[in-house]
Amino acid sequence: MTISGVALLAICTLLGGFLGDLLGSALGVKANVGGVGIAMLLLIAARLWLTRRGLMTAGVKFGVEFWGALYIPIVVAMAAQQNVLVAARSGPLVLIAGVAAVLVCFATVALISRIGKKGETMDEIEAKARARTPSAGEPTV
Amino acid sequence: MEILKHALSANALLTAFAVVGLVMWLSNAISKRLLFGRVHGSAIAIVIGLAAAFAAGLWTGGDKGVVDIPVFAGIGLMGGAMLRDFAIVATAFEVDVVQARKAGAVGALALALGTILPFIVGSLIAVAFGYTDAVSITTIGAGAVTYIVGPVTGAALGASSAVMALSIATGVFKAVLVMVGTPIVAKAIGLDNPRSAMVFGGLMGTVSGVSGGLAATDRRLVPYGALTATFHTGLGCLVAPSILYLIVRGIVGG
Repeated sequence: MTISGVALLAICTLLGGFLGDLLGSALGVKANVGGVGIAMLLLIAARLWLTRRGLMTAGVKFGVEFWGALYIPIVVAMAAQQNVLVAARSGPLVLIAGVAAVLVCFATVALISRIGKKGETMDEIEAKARARTPSAGEPTV
Repeated sequence: MEILKHALSANALLTAFAVVGLVMWLSNAISKRLLFGRVHGSAIAIVIGLAAAFAAGLWTGGDKGVVDIPVFAGIGLMGGAMLRDFAIVATAFEVDVVQARKAGAVGALALALGTILPFIVGSLIAVAFGYTDAVSITTIGAGAVTYIVGPVTGAALGASSAVMALSIATGVFKAVLVMVGTPIVAKAIGLDNPRSAMVFGGLMGTVSGVSGGLAATDRRLVPYGALTATFHTGLGCLVAPSILYLIVRGIVGG
């Protein structure tokens, strides 16, 4: 059933948010600590468990993957409601601090990504997965 | 006209689906026809979204982008925290457990650096602009981490509202820069595998910036980046008003 996939996703998201709030208040922080991350870990665990039990039906998969596929349009809607005007108008301190922080972080990403052996790229991982299961197609964006 | 307006506002979420769908279709067409696939369709769609938010801000004087226009109120629900988190969690269905585990330790390192480095940069610039008290320096530094860490820190330390506004604006600007800049620098910083996506998520932090930027680069990298980025704001809220504030106070004195 499709709704069981949507429900599974909702339960994981709600439980993750709840645990994130609990973690936040336990640490004395006025914020949700890692709620979405905890929810993602719960969903990954649920997926592994369901697959092992043979309970992963096409309906369950569809119910979750539908929302994953709507992710980019949702991000576009999110971008359309940012306070871009204030960010653009707030003067030189904001501009310099923003640009400098982002540049330093980009440079560090480049540095850390080059430490150690290079990981497999998404294309390589997918090529391998496709070699194992010849029927798997490209994921739709 | 009034009847049309009513039909659109009464079904706000459906209007949002239709409008965003049209924007996505238009962006993909621009990407394919005009730019020959050099810029990803989702990147164009996000820039259109930001530009619309800018124009709406000019027109309405509000602070919520196009959502301040009644007909587009549904965009607020569609792009709000609830559905955003719901969709991000759904992307975890595609996470390759083996890949994620491989990047675990380096992801934690990225999280730590992603909090400390922007904080140092933001604080130094605050000092350069003439702020001398520890509370203001810490609040502006925290804003360079994310736009949630900034005000949470400022509120905890009792910063002035002008400093809070600067701090939030720095965070929002950073998020916008990450959204727009990521696809441009992706190749140069090696952003093509799950490991670097997790490092990226931990370092850049802002969930909206990371998820938008990765979506515009390669949709398949989103879950890995989001997985680490989600811990970033919490970590920042934890250390900025406490340890980092004490360090700043130790250096500048009161």
